[in-house]
Amino acid sequence: MNVHEYQAKGLLREYGVEVPPGKLALTPEDAAAAAGEIGGTVVVKAQVHAGGRGKGGGIKLVRSPDEAGEVARSMLGMQLVTPQTGPKGKTVRRLYIEADTAIERELYLALLIDRATQKVALLASTEGGMEIEEVAAQTPEKILQVQVDPLLGLCDYQVRELGFALELEPKQVGSLVKLLRGLYRLFLEKDCSLAEINPLVVAGDTVTPLDCKLSFDDNALYRHPEIRDLRDPDEEDPRERQASQYDLSWVSLDGNIGCMVNGAGLAMATMDIIKLEGGEPANFLDVGGTADAERVSHAFRLILADSNVKGILVNIFGGIVLCNLVAEGIIHATQSAGVKVPIVVRLDGTNAPRGREMLQSSGLGITPAVGMQDAARQIVTAVQA
Amino acid sequence: MSILVDRDTKLLVQGMGRVGQLHTGLSLEFGTSVVAGVTPGKGGGEFKGVPIFDTVRDAVAETGANASAVFVPPPGAADAILEAADAGIELVVAITEGIPVVDMLRVCAALRGSSTRLVGPNCPGILSPAEKVRIGIAPYPIFRPGSVGVVSRSGTLTYEAVHQLSVLGIGQSTCIGIGGDPIPGTTFIDTLREFERDPATRAVILIGEIGGSAEEEAGEFVASEMSKPVVAFIAGRTAPPGKRMGHAGAIISGGKGTAEEKIAALEKAGVPVADSPATIGETLRQAAPDAR
Repeated sequence: MNVHEYQAKGLLREYGVEVPPGKLALTPEDAAAAAGEIGGTVVVKAQVHAGGRGKGGGIKLVRSPDEAGEVARSMLGMQLVTPQTGPKGKTVRRLYIEADTAIERELYLALLIDRATQKVALLASTEGGMEIEEVAAQTPEKILQVQVDPLLGLCDYQVRELGFALELEPKQVGSLVKLLRGLYRLFLEKDCSLAEINPLVVAGDTVTPLDCKLSFDDNALYRHPEIRDLRDPDEEDPRERQASQYDLSWVSLDGNIGCMVNGAGLAMATMDIIKLEGGEPANFLDVGGTADAERVSHAFRLILADSNVKGILVNIFGGIVLCNLVAEGIIHATQSAGVKVPIVVRLDGTNAPRGREMLQSSGLGITPAVGMQDAARQIVTAVQA
Repeated sequence: MSILVDRDTKLLVQGMGRVGQLHTGLSLEFGTSVVAGVTPGKGGGEFKGVPIFDTVRDAVAETGANASAVFVPPPGAADAILEAADAGIELVVAITEGIPVVDMLRVCAALRGSSTRLVGPNCPGILSPAEKVRIGIAPYPIFRPGSVGVVSRSGTLTYEAVHQLSVLGIGQSTCIGIGGDPIPGTTFIDTLREFERDPATRAVILIGEIGGSAEEEAGEFVASEMSKPVVAFIAGRTAPPGKRMGHAGAIISGGKGTAEEKIAALEKAGVPVADSPATIGETLRQAAPDAR
């Protein structure tokens, strides 16, 4: 789960990390008032879950409350297109009004889970403001890395070493140590999967986060209701949100073949084989191990909510659940969800022949298939017809 | 023969809730020696003749259990793994899906250098047809004894591959699900090393998916350390970047962890990669005609 910059900065403050003064604004009037309260030159920043906002016109410097109000009026409701939003862009609904910050140097700083070493990694670079992927591709030697032992935690000396390697002055190193004590504690206590400060600006004796991106481990949200509350439904795909209410794992795609599969790996492989056979999947959907009638009918309704869908491929590998019971569930769900498009069902496992026979004779236009390839071919042919 | 488990495996099940009981029953049916269950507060009870204990330590002392299957829900799962390790269990298989990553960082760090091997979490477990050992949730009727080792990050895709092998008349030595989480206790390399040493295994199927770099590392290991044929399938060629595809670990982030990169790395290492999930068994047969 991702949060907005202003929410991330709120969390930084809670953990004793100093950030520039700033306020959330939902209307032009809010924005003008916030600018007046902060005083001087302020920055109006569009709050969307995507980087590169400056390039799309989502970050503007203003010199007065009136100007803040005007800029806010033009920004609120706009479709902000950045290198990370895709061509459709994202609607701006929230603004963050922040004091302008003096900048001498810009650095990059991030904490993340390093899967290869099974540790938390602290990454830093002198190339603040650039995408880290770009730096990694062009000048990998500019990325410094510190591995943190999960049992020891991040030690001050590690941060000092890093600070001096980044050519910070001694007092600035002190400021970095203080910042990272807070950031590391936040990272662990709130179960972050990524905490990225880009840029981290250096000016005078201090280092200050100018932008901050926090991502949280979805599996840990159960123990952080306060983080779950930061969720912005406008930033999420509505069907992904709906699916998660039914405990189904869903990702929306652009094709016209709806997929329903048990198991995440098999669901990905099903998308792949549809593509191999010349079709385009409309979604990723894992209905889980217990593909009972209720879950299957929720899943059918979700798939059918997409008007692009011209056919549905159901791929169930019955292991422990008997295939005749799965077939019964599919027949029931097809009726209750009122499915009108062609359905191809691949059923394998215990009692598979009986399950297929039941599907065939249901009179619901369900085509049983033997194996994944047969199933993919049949559904691709059906939607092209 | 097999890897990680054998006829001396004495299984205990941590978390004897509905799912733990269901799979305890199925493992008993398969012929696995399930010697104990552990649910705090339910000690003294029994399920299908299997005694239930309050703590893993009690269960080990009474029954000599040397392997554990963890079905404990996410909030208590990391603790359950550590409890098993502290009680001296040699093999802990965590089936639980949804354990916070930070918990697994600590668990894996704590287990490093200990004598406990953790498999999983978020995995279907281990099954060895010839040794009659089933730890976890795999549907045993599709398996048959034989000489192919299977190691996979995905549950149902493992069943798919096993089913294809069995239909071709090729059996399996041991199947290991290492799980779909970003921080697994056991890696592809750990498992490949065991398969290379196992006299019962003649060839290996490796099933990977998008996210991380475990497949690339496995490819390097195969090229430098393995004499037995290894074939692979990688799921997620059509997965969009930045989206978690069901498994917590299946995500392309920052342009890294794509199926293309993994396939290229494996092919460079001399590992044939099946184009289609429907031809995993066939790919193995071509690479290892003597596999049975």
